[in-house]
Amino acid sequence: MNISRRHVLVLLPAAAVAWKFVRAGTPEASPNYTLSEHWWGMLLDITKCIGCGNCVRACQTENDVPDGFFRTWVERYHRSDYHLETPEVISPDGGKEGFPAVKDDANGIYFFVPKMCNHCADSPCTQVCPVGATFISPDGVVLIDPKYCLGCAYCVQACPYGCRYIHPTKHIADKCTLCYHRITKGLTTACCEACPTGARQLADLKNPKDPIHEFLKTHTVQVLKPQMATGAKAYYNGLDGSVR
Amino acid sequence: MSGLKDAGHLFRFVGLFVIAFLVFWVIRGYVVPKSFGKYGHYRAAALGDIAAHPAKFAGHQTCESCHSDIADAKAKGAHAHVNCEACHGALANHANDPASVTPVLPDTAVLCLRCHTASAAKPKGFPQIVAADHYPAPCQSCHNPHRPAMGSDSGTGKAAGGAK
Repeated sequence: MNISRRHVLVLLPAAAVAWKFVRAGTPEASPNYTLSEHWWGMLLDITKCIGCGNCVRACQTENDVPDGFFRTWVERYHRSDYHLETPEVISPDGGKEGFPAVKDDANGIYFFVPKMCNHCADSPCTQVCPVGATFISPDGVVLIDPKYCLGCAYCVQACPYGCRYIHPTKHIADKCTLCYHRITKGLTTACCEACPTGARQLADLKNPKDPIHEFLKTHTVQVLKPQMATGAKAYYNGLDGSVR
Repeated sequence: MSGLKDAGHLFRFVGLFVIAFLVFWVIRGYVVPKSFGKYGHYRAAALGDIAAHPAKFAGHQTCESCHSDIADAKAKGAHAHVNCEACHGALANHANDPASVTPVLPDTAVLCLRCHTASAAKPKGFPQIVAADHYPAPCQSCHNPHRPAMGSDSGTGKAAGGAK
């Protein structure tokens, strides 16, 4: 068959469109996932957290997190009536196996605060990486490229929330991936899956049907360290002013 | 051109720079991964690498596709929104190969108390017990974990986990 100039003129743009589609952002392991359609965050509802440690255990199981290191952990705050600005905070083994009993005669209030990577939109940790190993993905998840990370730990120091650590055997930085391998396949994160009270909810801020939008409209929601302007996407409901 | 008569050393110098730049460019082409810079200053293929991590929690939708009877019973009780693997643990292995991987039934003595031990730090409305003051029999002799209100079923659902 002869390919005329007309054919070429038709085929070339078609090929270009096809090529663009081939190169479009789709992680190879997740064929039905389009990066540009998502912007991930997390809702953490302190009024629902019971400090059971299910999230911590689930995360360690799901992501092979070594003992003594945490991608998520639970803190118990005690804000006494006399020291409003200096609460007592404990997190024995990340809250993995629960918490000691509360003193009967203690004044003030006790509450649990689950902590994790805030997946900041303007994250301090990605800005300091000297080799381009950590980055904000196009769908709003702060990730580490394990093949590029040198383990210099600049990012560990830069994170204002203490969410990164150096992996004891791999000697590279490690952190919450927001279960990227799960959310790109339509599953929720391991911590959300294991949370018995719904204190954690994965939120897709680009999905107009996500209940997060209604929640943000109807509740007083705060992020940690807002004065640092990190663009944190871990939204806390019922956060006490003493939480740091 | 007479002005350039003695400028040969300058041309050699410039030539050296050009060659060095070409060598640099060729090496860079080999060393920098193809996907570097596609979305930003990082290797775009890392997204695929990270997404390839195997999941260990199957997700409650997967559980319910086989154990719909348990899901129906659970939907009527106080544990309606407690996902299967919150108590039974990560069971993607079992979901991928139900025949050969049999889940171990969780120990209610540990499991129930993890959530329901009384603590002033827990939200006020959450049902809590002081184990020492509570009826001493194993939890499941009165409460079906899938539908924990007392007398809410005859116990035929046998407090057993999903696997049958």
